Amino acid sequence: METNQATDILATNLNTDEYEMVYEKPKTLVDVAMHYCPGCAHSLVHKLIMEVVEEMDIQEQTIGVAPVGCSVFAYDYMNIDMQEAAHGRACAVATAIRRLMPDKYVFTYQGDGDLAAIGIGETIHAINRGENFLIVFMNNAVYGMTSGQMAPTTLPNMWSTTTPCGRDTSFYGEPIKVSELISQLPGAIYVTRQVVNSANGVRRTKKALQNAFKYQKTHKGTCFVEVIGNCPSNWKMTPVECSDFIDDEMIKAYPLGDVKVPK
Amino acid sequence: MTEIKLMKGNEALAEAAIQAGCDAYFGYPITPQSEVLEYLAREMPKHGRVVMQAESEVASINMVYGAAGSGFRAMTSSSSPGISLMQEGISYIAGAELPCLIVNVNRAGPGLGTIQPGQGDYFQSTKGGGHGDYRMIVLAPASVQEMADHVFLGFDLADKYRNPVLMLSDGAIGQMMEKVAFKPYKKPDIDKSSWATTGKPKTRDRNYITSLHIQPEKMELHNLKLEEKFNQMREHEVRYEEYNTKEAEYLFVAYGLSARICQKAMDIARGKGIKIGLLRPITLFPYPYKRLAELAPQLKMVLSVELNSGQMIEDVRLGVNGKVPVEFFGRLGGMMPTPESIVHHLETLIMARNGN
Repeated sequence: METNQATDILATNLNTDEYEMVYEKPKTLVDVAMHYCPGCAHSLVHKLIMEVVEEMDIQEQTIGVAPVGCSVFAYDYMNIDMQEAAHGRACAVATAIRRLMPDKYVFTYQGDGDLAAIGIGETIHAINRGENFLIVFMNNAVYGMTSGQMAPTTLPNMWSTTTPCGRDTSFYGEPIKVSELISQLPGAIYVTRQVVNSANGVRRTKKALQNAFKYQKTHKGTCFVEVIGNCPSNWKMTPVECSDFIDDEMIKAYPLGDVKVPK
Repeated sequence: MTEIKLMKGNEALAEAAIQAGCDAYFGYPITPQSEVLEYLAREMPKHGRVVMQAESEVASINMVYGAAGSGFRAMTSSSSPGISLMQEGISYIAGAELPCLIVNVNRAGPGLGTIQPGQGDYFQSTKGGGHGDYRMIVLAPASVQEMADHVFLGFDLADKYRNPVLMLSDGAIGQMMEKVAFKPYKKPDIDKSSWATTGKPKTRDRNYITSLHIQPEKMELHNLKLEEKFNQMREHEVRYEEYNTKEAEYLFVAYGLSARICQKAMDIARGKGIKIGLLRPITLFPYPYKRLAELAPQLKMVLSVELNSGQMIEDVRLGVNGKVPVEFFGRLGGMMPTPESIVHHLETLIMARNGN
């Protein structure tokens, strides 16, 4: 019976006049099914960014840069002009876009492999130059697209396909805390770490993204929003177990909150 | 009005970039072409253009990607090791169909090699370099004048085909000083609004720049579309110069600096009664195979002269298609042959053929 009721609710001939519209997906999000695994944080963060773009009415002035990784197809979902960068080079691509069009809003969307491993050089130099764009850094401590290899942010003793006995820090070192690292650079004006596994976390993340877009107009430097994500498929956990793992393990290694705010 | 200046090859290149309306230059210092970045760092801001010393050649080429993807005229330059670092980015640029100009002031390799001139990057330049199926027009300047001229031509061809264009120069052409004339140039008015990422207005769908087509059926269609473009280049963009080929029995084939040296060698050899001409490919891709095939029946021998261990000779052989023997003469490691040494080699080969 429950299944039938669910089908009725989803029926297209529902008379919407009888209902008050309380929530709509942003128009800046393309109305297609995303390829992300069930429970993955990427789709939610895509939506938050696009909500901010819609609410600020800056669709025409915003250019995004997608990485190589699970979010390589971000341009299929975000209804804005975008460029897909080579692995790790999003900050170099965004640098050129922003330098040539200084009045636009520019952001990169990068995972931990893309940003913190192969692209750490471009990331540090772009931030050190104080490039006026936003970097959205999705940290889920694993390579998602290539199926679960160790990332620079993989926690000590955490299992991955390339650390089958857990990350041995005597061999691979400690995970890189990117937000703390790059907050040392004068070019970084706003550095914050957020999480999206709770309603509160989602609200705070959206607020952080709003701040970061607004700060771009001050032309003072780079904004960096790290979001602790998850990876049900490669963590080998259900979305609920992922959420617990974030609360119990990830947040201990990666404390939430603002690391640096504009003076 | 035509303006005549005495300039280094690298400076002529840089000045031409400004006059060609280059919106953005990204580069990283490397000998023997650092003058390009230095010149543009000084001059570009005066014209309100973007110039930046990037943190690496990898960053440079990806900045070019970003700028070209937003519809701007963008370029970078480097020398051999730096160009190697850019190959992934060049492949992406070709895959995403972005127009831009890349300049390689070739030095001798492999590895760190030496800072002296070489032509060892011929294979890399003409046979791919980066991964995947792509081609790009390769221009081979042989003078300071062409260091300038090929910038205008290169940008125009890049826009025409929405494809990167490579200028393959070398350390000698880049460093030597000659007079160079700058003719008035008008940047063509090209509408890039259907693909460039400039911000999506309500009136059009979003533009996105990508080289990714994950479904093989779509990727193959993309490959075929690119191949059609490369065939158009093969059809329409072959450029070469020839000297004394009319009644030639022998032929030098050489490009860039080697062609300059061969011109002198040709004069010496003709003074000795050897009927030799010179074919100088200006485009290394597309290659003047057809012209070589036309010349082959009248020739007794072709000598490919290169500053490498024999790379272009493979294309010369494809051109003459077995109809005439193709021999090689080259110097390596940044060494340059004297015209006399080339003539001596030519005479030795002729004598050997005549059974002396």
